[in-house]
Amino acid sequence: MDSPALKSPETLVRLYRSLYLVRRVEERVAEIYPTDRIKSPVHLSIGQEAIAVGICDLLRADDIVSGTYRGHATYLAKGGDPKAMLAEMFGKVGGCARGKGGSMHLVGLEQGILGCSAVVGTNVPVAAGYALALKRRGRGQVAAVFYGDGASEEGCVYETLNFAALHKLPILFICENNFFAIHEPLHRRWAADQLTERVATFGMPARRITSGDIFEIRDAASGLIDAMRDGGGPAFLECHTYRWREHVGPAEDYAAGYRARTDMEEWERRDQVARLAAMLPEAERRQIEAEIEAEVEAAVAYAEASPFPAAEELHAHVFA
Amino acid sequence: MSSPDTLSAGMRSLRYVDALREAVAQEMRRDPDVFCFGLDVDDHRAIQGSTQGLLDEFGPDRCFTTPLSEDAMTGVAIGAAMAGMRPIHVHIRMDFLMLCMNQLVNMAAKAHYMYGGSVKVPMVVRSMIGKSWGQGAQHSQGLHAMFMHVPGLKVVAPSNAYDAKGCMIAAIRDDNPVIFMEHRLLYPIEAPVPEEPFMVPFGRARHMRRGDDITIVGISNMAVECLRAASLLEEVGLSVDLIDPVSLVPLDMETIVASVARTRRLLVVDNAWVSAGAGAEIAAQVAEQLGGGGPLAIRRMGFAPTTCPTTPALEAHFYPNPLTIAKAAHALAGGAGGWEPDPERARLAYQQAFKGPF
Repeated sequence: MDSPALKSPETLVRLYRSLYLVRRVEERVAEIYPTDRIKSPVHLSIGQEAIAVGICDLLRADDIVSGTYRGHATYLAKGGDPKAMLAEMFGKVGGCARGKGGSMHLVGLEQGILGCSAVVGTNVPVAAGYALALKRRGRGQVAAVFYGDGASEEGCVYETLNFAALHKLPILFICENNFFAIHEPLHRRWAADQLTERVATFGMPARRITSGDIFEIRDAASGLIDAMRDGGGPAFLECHTYRWREHVGPAEDYAAGYRARTDMEEWERRDQVARLAAMLPEAERRQIEAEIEAEVEAAVAYAEASPFPAAEELHAHVFA
Repeated sequence: MSSPDTLSAGMRSLRYVDALREAVAQEMRRDPDVFCFGLDVDDHRAIQGSTQGLLDEFGPDRCFTTPLSEDAMTGVAIGAAMAGMRPIHVHIRMDFLMLCMNQLVNMAAKAHYMYGGSVKVPMVVRSMIGKSWGQGAQHSQGLHAMFMHVPGLKVVAPSNAYDAKGCMIAAIRDDNPVIFMEHRLLYPIEAPVPEEPFMVPFGRARHMRRGDDITIVGISNMAVECLRAASLLEEVGLSVDLIDPVSLVPLDMETIVASVARTRRLLVVDNAWVSAGAGAEIAAQVAEQLGGGGPLAIRRMGFAPTTCPTTPALEAHFYPNPLTIAKAAHALAGGAGGWEPDPERARLAYQQAFKGPF
């Protein structure tokens, strides 16, 4: 887990750059949100970045990811364009979905980002269908599908796990377990919380990572993805994590009483953004951060400048 | 233009089920991205024969069964379609599409739009409607109106072998999700069908008979029942302009409206319930376009507003049939009450099938 290769300077820089980008985009979104310039509900990934960043770091440009309505981290970690993302959230025609999808439906086929979905679990079988096509193409491509612990209660997720195992599809299932579906804790939704053990019975490697450690996540996924490229079939990772902000919107919501801020603080002490920042030489870290800040501001400026779609756009794209 | 007695070159008389099979096989030969999947497509019964031979010719990568899992399997079709493949997802009964509604309505119908045109979902959902032999509540439903309601889905319901082949090829080549409705009772009915691949374009209704007294629109199997009713109406000298919409989305209202503009009488007979159905949509559009321009008589027929019973004693009253359709048309056209079609004619009417011209 602490192998030198995983923490090589290049890897460290790459991971930090991606983590910092996600964190800063999300923080900027949270800052802008009260001004009402963002025309979309936002489900922030703050606190959960390490999973998407750790997994996507292992993916090739021609691999595919599929994310949820809390998909900003997935989108950015797979190489999604922050300009197109911000413009999408501003409802502008320069957005990745021409302003028609918003925060919950980010998409970027050129970067291998399947469209995110707001109906929980809906993206999971779609990603498996894409993986079926990748298998038929035989170029060693894989799909990584992210879903939350809430989606683990949707029937179609289990139907998909079975089909993927049956057909040995090249797909990595990643359950981002933040312990809450909107405001309902896991223990009020499951009689037994063995999400990983349950998936293992479908006939695929299944592993739980509770630390939130980006290197542990990346290390675990690495072997699974390599095997998948060689026809080894699907695999599953459950990654514990924590949503620092409210379910939807830019703020904290600990005053609501359904969860304790001290729970978040425990995760905050393990924050992977701060951790990796501390592992980098000061000058290098500052340079990365300056570059990212410029990229984020450029994205905001692009979103501001992009026009709203013309009225005729309403009727475009009903049919292909 | 042809009839079974005077087949054009390259035409044979083919059963509906064989036309479906031929269309899929020809498209699978033409395009390696086309594949066919669903529970039992590769077994010895081969979906009443409609997928017969596909496994042998194309192998298990392109013709395969699935776990029942209709919901996720629909998602799999969508994902494969997004990746550039052209899946045909087969359901032996349309009732099972209720298990697919989330994926069809929330993803397939919307993906092209909500992702700003950056993805396409070229997939065909084949589903068969059952009738008789005690099919009952959950093997008999025509649920097309639910799909017609949602922008982004195409819905087709061919009523003869020619249209079955041409619509299937058009559906496979279409870049959108297409709900393809088949009726089990149509499977054995023959019509002239070209050997070569051809497309029947969506959004163009088919005139099954030309007439001046009343416009009848028949949907799916009801198009055939209306053809039989039209022959009964000859007895009282009523000539029927009989229209099969073929595709319900897109819907060729131009042809229907032009016909009703002449006849001022419209009877829509649907293979479904009347309430908020395809017939309601057609009647409403006709009223919107022709209302106020003189007398206009409109009536809808369809399933009784009940669940479909299995016993033949009740099922006989559940569906419109040539007799009830003919009597409704006669009444709509101002005919005197109490007319009963000649029973011998009614018996023979059941042997009728539409054989063209196409």
